[in-house]
Amino acid sequence: MSAVVSNVRPPIVTGSKTYHQITEDICKPTETLPSAGWVMCLLASLGLLGFGAIAFLATVWFGIGTWYLNRTVGWGWDITNFVWWVGIGHAGTLISAILLLFRQKWRTGVNRAAEAMTIFAVICAAQFPLIHMGRPWMAIFVFPYPNTRGPLWVNFNSPLLWDVFAISTYFIVSLLFWYTGLVPDFATIRDRAKGFRKKVYNFLSFGWTGAAKHWQRWESLSLILAGIATPLVLSVHTIVSFDFATSVIPGWHTTIFPPYFVAGAIFSGFAMVCTLMIITRKVLKIEDYITIEHIESMNKVIVLTGSIVGVAYLTELFVAWYSGYVYEQYAFYNRALGPYWWAYAAMMSCNVITPQFFWCRKLRRNITVNFILSIIVNIGMWFERFVIIATTLHRDFIPSSWSYYTPSWVEVGVYLFTFGLFGTLYLLFIRVAPVVAMAEIKSILKTSGDQYVGPNVAESTGSNTSGGHHGQEEHASH
Amino acid sequence: MKVLNKKVLFGLYNDEEILMDAVKQIKQNDAEIMEVYTPFPVHGLDPILGLSESRLHIAGFMYGMVGTSIAFGFMSWVFTVDWPIIFGGKPYFSGPSFIPITFEFTVLMAAVGMVVTFYLICGLGPGVTNPYLDPRITDDKFCIAFDVTNASKEEVSALSELLDETKAEEVHTKDI
Repeated sequence: MSAVVSNVRPPIVTGSKTYHQITEDICKPTETLPSAGWVMCLLASLGLLGFGAIAFLATVWFGIGTWYLNRTVGWGWDITNFVWWVGIGHAGTLISAILLLFRQKWRTGVNRAAEAMTIFAVICAAQFPLIHMGRPWMAIFVFPYPNTRGPLWVNFNSPLLWDVFAISTYFIVSLLFWYTGLVPDFATIRDRAKGFRKKVYNFLSFGWTGAAKHWQRWESLSLILAGIATPLVLSVHTIVSFDFATSVIPGWHTTIFPPYFVAGAIFSGFAMVCTLMIITRKVLKIEDYITIEHIESMNKVIVLTGSIVGVAYLTELFVAWYSGYVYEQYAFYNRALGPYWWAYAAMMSCNVITPQFFWCRKLRRNITVNFILSIIVNIGMWFERFVIIATTLHRDFIPSSWSYYTPSWVEVGVYLFTFGLFGTLYLLFIRVAPVVAMAEIKSILKTSGDQYVGPNVAESTGSNTSGGHHGQEEHASH
Repeated sequence: MKVLNKKVLFGLYNDEEILMDAVKQIKQNDAEIMEVYTPFPVHGLDPILGLSESRLHIAGFMYGMVGTSIAFGFMSWVFTVDWPIIFGGKPYFSGPSFIPITFEFTVLMAAVGMVVTFYLICGLGPGVTNPYLDPRITDDKFCIAFDVTNASKEEVSALSELLDETKAEEVHTKDI
């Protein structure tokens, strides 16, 4: 049977690669010594990590008061950062899982790095529930384990506990999904390695041989994991939104939160993937695998989800007015014109205006514009979570309880710790593991490589172009 | 390294299209293929090889059902029998509030169960070292392997010729 080629879609692997070239290009960063730039970035990340560790120590030693939290702002930067990191993590699973279900071949260029980003983002996010307890050694008590105090169980009805299960499950499933994809690629590196490296990759590749039956099961496993990871992504951020939505606070107690949070998570996640991919593809010289087509596709998702978020903002404003509920109306009046008006302005300009630039094809395909806008989007999404948490909490029902919140250096330090953690993990990842899914790229080469697609269709060799151009569908399994 | 005490005759191919035609031809000649090795999953190969469909999805579903029962059953037991507490005026058996954890636990059990099953039935795992025929198979070569431990010299050369006919780039034997 021959692979059918689309004459409509542009190639997503450029450079006329052969299978061996793919292996060479992608294994290279794992086999060569790091550049000076990499070392500097690692040192910077470790520096942030070190400073953040001091902030962690200060928090645990002196207490949560070092964060300048107060009544009524019991959640400040901590939960803002938690939701920010979890939101970023969701894009990776979306790229691996949902795009697999939608048979989008372009996911193969970015899915490995995006899933790695998810895992590191969830690790960073998990720091906050731990540290915001003030006594992180008590964290074990959130899990229901048999004990002699009754037995005393946790409150399964609480969204905070649903969060515990959701984030833990999300982390474990993402890790399993990512690693399943990595096993054949580790085997490729193993077969090229010598000495100690060979032993390490031998261990990591689990004895993979490339047998047809194993590939069959691997594909089945990937498809089903993708199928369960998709509702998992949607449910995890919905449950995170329930932390707010199930309360009674005006501005929080609203049913728009689940879809609004999920769309916002995908929005900020894809923006972070763009930021990381633009740097990675340049530094590791893999522009042939993460092409402009990939970046344009990601920008289309950004414009879609950004617009959903924008519509959600306007809906909230409208419903606050239409409901006639004075507390809700004040909550939104205060967001726009109260003491935190600058955060609201940042949020609106960064999140509503910036994604609209991507309606224009030229801007979607412009790397510099993309890089700048993706960073702006992430800043905007941070402000969104800050507005939702701090602005809502500082003024709720009773004016005599109104307060104001500014973070301390310890709070900021904890945030910087997570940046250091993410940076360190990501930098180590690109040196140890293949950043692009080699086996998957090879499997789409014949249908999406630029020597087989588009104007080259007529000239390419082999039987894959037999049958002409018109009326062909995409290959069934892709 | 696992030692299988087998003698293997294998041919290496450069392209999956040639591989699939080769497998078809070999199947027509009624030769018994031990295994086909590829650097990436080749679609359309499984029906030609006569591989039965994987039943991993059935296992996944069952693990998921186990997860659902455990999660929902446990929470219901805790809040109706073991230590009923009134939370915010909700009834003791508040089904809707059990759903999120039930769903998450279902997904967790299904995922972990399927992944562990996958590694077990494939004979893979941390520290496992399976013998491989050629290091280029995980790079860009495709391989058809015959088990010739108990085959006579004529059979071996017949298979060797068959591999040559089907345009194998290289043909080797190896003891694994």
